[in-house]
Amino acid sequence: MHAFTVIRTYLRLGLLNFVQYRADFFLGVVNAAIQFAIQLLAISIVFNQTDSLKGWSRADLIVLVGVHAIVSGILGTVFSPSIGAFLESIRLGTFDFLLTKPVDAQLLASVQSVAPQSLTSLLAGIVIIVYGLQTGSGFPGFGSVVIFVGLLIAGLMMVYSFMMVLASLAFWFVKLDNIMNIFNTMFGNAGTWPITIFPGWLRVTLTFIIPIAFAVTIPAQALIGSLTLANALLTAALAVLFVAASRWFWLFAVKHYTGASA
Amino acid sequence: MSAESPDVTKPSPRALLDLYRGEMSVMLAWNLQYRGAVFLWVLGAVMQPLVLIVVWQAVADGRDTGMTAGEYAAYFMVSMIVSHMTFIWHMWEFEWRIRSGYFSPLLLRPVHPIHADVCQSLAYKLVGLAGIIPAAILMAVIFRADFGNASWQSVMAFLPALLLAMALRFIVEWCLALAAFWMTKVASLNQLFDAFFLFLGGQFAPISVMPDWIQTLSFVLPFRWSIYFPIQVALGNITGADLWIGFGMQIAWIALAVAVLQLMWKRAVANYSAVGA
Repeated sequence: MHAFTVIRTYLRLGLLNFVQYRADFFLGVVNAAIQFAIQLLAISIVFNQTDSLKGWSRADLIVLVGVHAIVSGILGTVFSPSIGAFLESIRLGTFDFLLTKPVDAQLLASVQSVAPQSLTSLLAGIVIIVYGLQTGSGFPGFGSVVIFVGLLIAGLMMVYSFMMVLASLAFWFVKLDNIMNIFNTMFGNAGTWPITIFPGWLRVTLTFIIPIAFAVTIPAQALIGSLTLANALLTAALAVLFVAASRWFWLFAVKHYTGASA
Repeated sequence: MSAESPDVTKPSPRALLDLYRGEMSVMLAWNLQYRGAVFLWVLGAVMQPLVLIVVWQAVADGRDTGMTAGEYAAYFMVSMIVSHMTFIWHMWEFEWRIRSGYFSPLLLRPVHPIHADVCQSLAYKLVGLAGIIPAAILMAVIFRADFGNASWQSVMAFLPALLLAMALRFIVEWCLALAAFWMTKVASLNQLFDAFFLFLGGQFAPISVMPDWIQTLSFVLPFRWSIYFPIQVALGNITGADLWIGFGMQIAWIALAVAVLQLMWKRAVANYSAVGA
């Protein structure tokens, strides 16, 4: 498909760009290491006081932190830098150039900029998950891993759609660069804890954390063996709904783009 | 030149007061204009204490950690206010200031650039309080905060503790910001510093529930005195001699940080070569 060729080309260009700045890779490794030290220290402080956080053991939480690292690694590699560039192009008016290209504008806005140093977070996430499973309930079967990957993709699509809806607001508000900071703060704070510890009314109030829950908590449950069939089906259904809604909102929002000079 | 010509490198207290008045009114107007952006930052500042209340109330549920669920809510609510009032972002901005050459015009001004930064951060904090205070009240009501030992005396003691904490964190982080004169990428350093505030400052959990080694280490470092100390003073958990020890530690750290700042500033400016120069 043509769209896949476009995505592949952009990813390859990003990688080539990145190879020129190798020092950034080592800084990425250092940043990721600090991040995980913080998260593991936080878990160990909490489990100094208790041995179960609403049914989640220490090993379960380590798996969750690993899943969070994978999700934030993928977001940080493609979606966050691309959406950042998209927001900037709305403000500067250079989004005109993107609109005139013969490929779908949402696709280009979502993959136009790549930051491969975030892949360190993804790799570290896999290591952390393996460590967490090893100290905990042991490794899941092949079937569970397949379900995990499927749910992870569904969760990612949900978070991506949510970010896209937030970013599309820029067509009206123009200067919206720190809305992604807010999303990152929410994702960084709420995403490293199981959503099940939040009281029900809070989950509803903070709609921000709903896609976070489905992207992190549910896939983690598939690995530690506490997933219910209802949750798995709900995740798949919501992913389709989120993607459709964000596509509709994008098409609606683009009509409101006035350009910087036009 | 006449003998009366003022020495612009050492402004008189009066001139400095005028400068602060002018800068403050400009910065307040600026922050009020961008109140949408300030509101979004405040929303971000609410998130961490909110999540931590949920986590620690889940830990305290049916288990003795030395603090009740209500006390955790009160702790993180005050922690949110203290973190907002002491937070500065200049160490994230310095890298850009230096790389883009924006620092050169700041250096050409006849006053030290730190004064403008003080006003900038004070104005942001004051405007942000319009969001932080309602959020704090909501948080206290929703999570049933228990202000057991707080009294009007503890609130009175909180004010100087908070002001000293603001001064301390500002000077320490401004020193850190100066590192950008020698390093081109400072994000890792800043992230590490944030982690110190999280664990050694008491933002992640009350230091009393943390492991012993953190409790000991935090006592001699500045982080505890800019976050944990004012929180516990407000909640009435630090009184008598401990209160005076805390004020003493705050003042000692401020004095040390000012000395380091002056030393670093001299070297930094000597080391600075502007982009394009």
